[in-house]
Amino acid sequence: MSRRDRLSGNEAVAYAMRQINPDVFAAFPITPSTEIPQYFAQYVADGQVDTEFVTVESEHSSMSTCIGAEAAGVRAVTATSSCGLAYMYEMLYVAASARLPITLACVNRALTGPININNDHSDSMGARDAGWIQIYSENNQEAYDNYLQAMRIAETPDVRLPIMICQDGFITSHAVENIELEDDQAVKAFVGEYEPENYLLKHENPLAVGPYDTSPYYMEHKVQQAQAMKNAKTAILDVAADFARTFGRTYGFFEEYRMEDAEAAIVLIGSTAGTAKTCVDQMRAAGHKVGLIKLRVFRPFPAEELAAALSHVKAAAVMDKSEGFSGCGGPVFADTRSACYDLKERPRLINIVYGLGGRDCAVEDLERVYQYLLRIARTGEEGPVYLHMGQRSLDKEVL
Amino acid sequence: MTRSALDINEQIPWQEITPGGEIAEGGTARMIKTGAWRQNCPVWDADKCKQCLLCAPFCPDSSIPVKDCLRGDFDYDHCKGCGICWQVCPFDAIHMVKEGEE
Repeated sequence: MSRRDRLSGNEAVAYAMRQINPDVFAAFPITPSTEIPQYFAQYVADGQVDTEFVTVESEHSSMSTCIGAEAAGVRAVTATSSCGLAYMYEMLYVAASARLPITLACVNRALTGPININNDHSDSMGARDAGWIQIYSENNQEAYDNYLQAMRIAETPDVRLPIMICQDGFITSHAVENIELEDDQAVKAFVGEYEPENYLLKHENPLAVGPYDTSPYYMEHKVQQAQAMKNAKTAILDVAADFARTFGRTYGFFEEYRMEDAEAAIVLIGSTAGTAKTCVDQMRAAGHKVGLIKLRVFRPFPAEELAAALSHVKAAAVMDKSEGFSGCGGPVFADTRSACYDLKERPRLINIVYGLGGRDCAVEDLERVYQYLLRIARTGEEGPVYLHMGQRSLDKEVL
Repeated sequence: MTRSALDINEQIPWQEITPGGEIAEGGTARMIKTGAWRQNCPVWDADKCKQCLLCAPFCPDSSIPVKDCLRGDFDYDHCKGCGICWQVCPFDAIHMVKEGEE
């Protein structure tokens, strides 16, 4: 039986980890993810798990430890944020190319510099090309639920890719909410055991992992990785379907909130979705046809599904919580706009970079975005495509 | 889909190559004759050699075979001619020559 309890986002992930009892936890602290290894260390000390808890000297080493452990044939997990993820960079690619389904709890925080410990998505967005599956959570319940689904997705034989379960630093990681926690045995039964076909410590079948890949071989391995990422779409939906049957909560690539007849829509990731839902409710009550798409899965990017969901909308704003410095919009915008290119009738799309380094985004901020979109929908005049919101300015800003 | 090193070749399509480049055996560098890179060549003088075995662990390429506590002649298929063995030998039992001038 599930039970209701109040937990922070970090605590919820640590709780899920305890239930899963992974073989290896490679731990290095960094704000705001520090509490995850901290809570887990208590579980280790109390004998509630038999995980090998490896305290390392850096994130480069924590990811290296995960790679070694996972290649040896066991389940390895870690948690990090911001510069910690950046410091893992080299090893993130190794984990993905060696096809090791490691699970990383990413508590999103701005990248330095200037130095800042608050939430945005620049850390994991910077790692978006590393070959990791990325799933984002709106709230504590989703952080918990997404974590329970992570290993089955990553370990699916035709996927075999590492996976990042992301939640917003402080906003989700440190906020305490009442959530549904599932029974230990039910979680263990749902997640199951890790049974790789081949691994380093399988002595009857010796294995070399991570060889030097010369140019006659590298391309083939990259195509395989790309195919595995495409395969992950099916695995994500299959695991979500089983999760819904088992625990009763439904997940997909994204959540469509009051999108049925929406003329204006916002596409965004993470905790701002909660604020946006309140805004949508208020504006719907005032008679405005507005909706929200909360992207849950960013890698693999659900391009066709997202385009279909936006196809009937007149104007949409893609809101990026990271500045990709492309000079023409953030990463979520780039992929969303690309996805919509194949539509016969495309919505007018704008990009709004917001919330960097923990800059607040309130219901009234999102209402300004919806009003702006409704004006575009009404007049057909798009204006500037690439905008920032929430910054002080000497000029009169668009939003 | 595990394969031994000899089964992996430049004709394998991407669908059939091993994920992550896994090879179902170890020590496969042995199959590649990297000694061809050598420009300088160590020569072992068995008469001067005291079998102290200092050279063998210093060799970065495991190219000094040791059997029954005795070193044998160099594995020229893998020796790169770095000269470390020549540097560490206390008995002048190794000297270097230009490759091909032996």
